Amino acid sequence: MTEPAGVTVRLRDVGKTFDNGTPALDALTFDVAAGEFVSLLGPSGCGKSTALRIIAGLSEASAGAVERDDGVAQGPTGFVFQDPTLMPWASVAANVALPFKLRNAYGEAARAAVTRALARVGLSDFAEAYPRQLSGGMRMRASIARAMVTEPSLLLMDEPFAALDEITRFKLNHEMLTLWQEVRRTVIFVTHSVFESVFLSQRILVMTPRPGRVFAEIDIPAAYPRDDRFRTSAEYAGYCRQVSEALAQAMRGTP
Amino acid sequence: MKRAGHETWLRLVLPLAMLGLSVLAWDLAVRGFAIPPYVLPGPGVVAAALIDDRVLLWQSLLVTLTITFEGFMLACIGGVALAVAFNQWRVAEFALYPYAVILQVTPVVAIAPLLLIYLPQPLAVLACAWIVAFFPVLANTTLGLNSVDRNLVALFQLYKASRWQVLLRLKLPAALPQMLAGLRIAGGLSLIGAVVAEIAAGSAGAGSGLAYRIAESGYRLNIARMFAALLLLSLAGVAIFFVLSALSHLLLRRWHESAVQQER
Repeated sequence: MTEPAGVTVRLRDVGKTFDNGTPALDALTFDVAAGEFVSLLGPSGCGKSTALRIIAGLSEASAGAVERDDGVAQGPTGFVFQDPTLMPWASVAANVALPFKLRNAYGEAARAAVTRALARVGLSDFAEAYPRQLSGGMRMRASIARAMVTEPSLLLMDEPFAALDEITRFKLNHEMLTLWQEVRRTVIFVTHSVFESVFLSQRILVMTPRPGRVFAEIDIPAAYPRDDRFRTSAEYAGYCRQVSEALAQAMRGTP
Repeated sequence: MKRAGHETWLRLVLPLAMLGLSVLAWDLAVRGFAIPPYVLPGPGVVAAALIDDRVLLWQSLLVTLTITFEGFMLACIGGVALAVAFNQWRVAEFALYPYAVILQVTPVVAIAPLLLIYLPQPLAVLACAWIVAFFPVLANTTLGLNSVDRNLVALFQLYKASRWQVLLRLKLPAALPQMLAGLRIAGGLSLIGAVVAEIAAGSAGAGSGLAYRIAESGYRLNIARMFAALLLLSLAGVAIFFVLSALSHLLLRRWHESAVQQER
């Protein structure tokens, strides 16, 4: 595994109340270290996606603050949505090149970066294909390639594999971990799957139902690389039980 | 595969067979009931008029098509430009949209005589073609611009895209299918607008388009030429529809579902 890179992110008492008065987040406080893989786990509607959008700078917090140690309020960030969110009129390569094009920096180096990003997710042969010609899993790979192409110091993922079938999902979980071990950027991964969060993360933040707060923090100290053997191990099952219990308690609202 | 081929064949043959049968019925009726040609000319007489008056009709067709084309182009430019302006500046939308609707719901037949008073005739005809054609372009493009994937908008925001970049790289391409649907409607409507204005101007006598020929032939009881001119107008409308459909298919075939299905 390469040395950790990326950025440290600190959330301090971040609150969010929607315009219609619905409280989404209540004093959300946590730290994510540089190069760490952290999952936000919670029931639907607990504000995990809202938290992610606030960290990305796409939405403003009603209270509290988000700090990044690179000192840039809205530093280089990659975002992967639940849907692949590709432009249907553009080829896969053009979709992945979008971050450079929007910066008017699509030169030789950028072209090479796009080629590299496509190779990393196994889409080299599909560079000129259009999104509709790809399977759901391949579209998600293209979406991940786009988020990683600028090598951002922070990668935010909003239930990226939730809409995929389980076999594809396992496969992408593996690929995601391989990718992360290569680049070691900070990853904040939102999911409502206990099993996915345990397989992927170094640390899991279990959130309460709306308004979302951090209910429990669980370390998953299992070594990387994690593979199918880990997925079927007693160690994995143990972590899953521990996280499931924490989640159940969070839902009941009692420790 | 065989089934699909069979269906394509039927789709081609059945309308042609219908056409043949109705022309035959028309001919038989005219002969059988001995209807005089100044009431209903038979298909043979109409065909003869089409050939005998070909120079006159062809020139008129060109006049009408030119005006239709100009009106259509102005409608495209005006409709898209207005839709973009509405999308970028809400104030413009609030101020102008009601008037765009009023212009659309007021029957163009009722506006044409007024326009003919204030504008020279060619310009008035052009204005009518524009008035009826621009609204579908405006309405469809507006719909397209407003139905962009919200996550894609967020993505552009994340990469700090400028307003121009969002418009050119996201909103306009996303609106293209609806825009093209609007153009397809506008093509037919601009022909209708041109014809309505020509008919309204007909009594003034300065025109020379196909609609003017129809009005003129009506006064002279030259019913065969009326039919011939009408036939040309219909064919022109069909041709416009096919050209615009082909353009739409060409632009969308690589990525949009509406165009993809025909390939399978």
